[in-house]
Amino acid sequence: MSTRKAVLAAPPIVIRKPRTLSGVLAWMTGRGVLHLALILIAVIWLAPSFGLAVTSFRERSDISSSGWWTAFSSWNFTIQNYAEVLGAQGMGKSFLNSLMITIPATILPVLIGSLAAYGFAWIRFPGRDWVFLAVVAMLVIPIQMTFVPVLRILNSLNLTQSYVGIWLAHTAYGLPFAIFLLRNFFVLLPGELIEAARLDGASNLGIFFRVILPLSVPALASLTIFQFLGVWNDLLMSLVFIQSQDLRPLTVGISQLLSTYGTEWHLLSAGAFILMAVPLIVFFSLQRYFVQGLLAGSTKG
Amino acid sequence: MATRRQSFQGFLFVLPALAFLAIFLVYPTIWTSALSFNTGRGLDFHEWVGFDNYVNLFTKDRLFFDARDFPPSGAVFNNLLWVIMNTSLCVGLGLLIAVLADRVRYESIVKSLVFLPMAIASTAVAVIWLLVYSPDPNIGLLNGILALFNNGYDPIAWTGRRETVNYAIIIANVWAQTGFAMVVLSAALKGIPTELMEAAKVDGANEFSTFRRITLPMLSLPIAVVTVTLIINVLKVFDIIYIMTQGGPRGASRVIAYTMYVETFQGGRAGYGSAVAVIMLLLIIPIMILNIRRFRTEGVVR
Repeated sequence: MSTRKAVLAAPPIVIRKPRTLSGVLAWMTGRGVLHLALILIAVIWLAPSFGLAVTSFRERSDISSSGWWTAFSSWNFTIQNYAEVLGAQGMGKSFLNSLMITIPATILPVLIGSLAAYGFAWIRFPGRDWVFLAVVAMLVIPIQMTFVPVLRILNSLNLTQSYVGIWLAHTAYGLPFAIFLLRNFFVLLPGELIEAARLDGASNLGIFFRVILPLSVPALASLTIFQFLGVWNDLLMSLVFIQSQDLRPLTVGISQLLSTYGTEWHLLSAGAFILMAVPLIVFFSLQRYFVQGLLAGSTKG
Repeated sequence: MATRRQSFQGFLFVLPALAFLAIFLVYPTIWTSALSFNTGRGLDFHEWVGFDNYVNLFTKDRLFFDARDFPPSGAVFNNLLWVIMNTSLCVGLGLLIAVLADRVRYESIVKSLVFLPMAIASTAVAVIWLLVYSPDPNIGLLNGILALFNNGYDPIAWTGRRETVNYAIIIANVWAQTGFAMVVLSAALKGIPTELMEAAKVDGANEFSTFRRITLPMLSLPIAVVTVTLIINVLKVFDIIYIMTQGGPRGASRVIAYTMYVETFQGGRAGYGSAVAVIMLLLIIPIMILNIRRFRTEGVVR
């Protein structure tokens, strides 16, 4: 650890520029190619979403008569598409449905998962490590393996006509990863702190709420964002587990919009942009936690 | 006495999670495995057919597995194309961008742009790229660009033709997922001690041999991690295909997960669809074992 720190603390190495004329020319050409390649990459990654954004603010007639890349030569933008998609096409309702689905389906697995993670990390009980290993193994069960029986259970309890069914399903599918991530974070917390709290007579629940959770905010934030975006962006589970048209989230709404108005780009682009808005806000405001969650999630199935 | 009470409390803490996992993952996995040997009409056990579903999938279902022509086609081979092309392009481009961006001051801007699509839904990615691929050169960017360089250009329906549809969707997905490979590999790249690079330069190694002899070997573990993750993701790919083509034209862009959904919920053949789900599980199990081994070597499970 100390040698690592020494390496990090070493003064930055200055890139030596070449001294001869031909060396300088070669170096500059190299830099030029490098910048060109990076600008090209930036354009490729920006243009498709930028095109969608521009299209969503153009009039229907403009969209079909000229490409979005010409839109700035004749300045003519509107927010009418959004009004139509949110109102007449029911995306406003779908947006609220998406929130209604996503918020409980994020809180539940984080809460239940963190309780279990504390149990696996700090309470000794027989078979603990084997059970934890089994939970980790469940990370890679494809959700397709569960669709038919889970749908039968939810149908028999009449839960596919409400949000409850999809809340429970998302909770279950999110749990293996939540437990895996949090257990590995909790286990690294200082043990003396927990032992001291135990000696002071704190219960496990007290330790969990007063010691573990406050110390684990970064991990909890990463997991919450990861789960939130996963549920918000989900299409497949909503297709299977939501059987009431009134409850459909944005992703299902867009797939229906697409099959009804396959080439009505003024509606499709606005609808897709509404779907993207929430993740983009989360991304820009909490980018650090998002990247951390993703790096930890690189083990998720 | 105290330890017994501790054990009991330990069970209580993990019990809610285990109940969820038992009801929604363990029991269904067993149930679906059994259903795969049944016709499964009406999402219920109907008539036992032994291995018929599996045999039919590989001998009679040309949309699932068709090795009679060359190149072979069907969902299995499409998925194989996904595994090879999507994974290698994401890892290759991710590595390239990580290495290139490492050398400039606006690194964080480039990386943010490439990473951005990771945040948005596959549904939105699909709509974004349907717009890019639109056969109308006044709407689709790709056909628009090609028409610009090419007089009398005949626009191509990228997602409407058997020969191009899979490549078109894969490219869209690569655009969405390269950011993941880039972020992981970029973080690993920063972890390589600078003195190692400097020593190589002092010894007279040029950029390419430094990359090949030092950077690449130092990154082999993170590259393996990213590759495994991407392969698991690709074996489950569904949303982007459902939105972009519904598996079409005429089943040409179906993958394994798509076949499961269509057969079960649109075709009403739950037993047949369950057999597809079991095949998915069987493909993923070796990767799962690999993953658990890795957790063990990392000392996560003690």
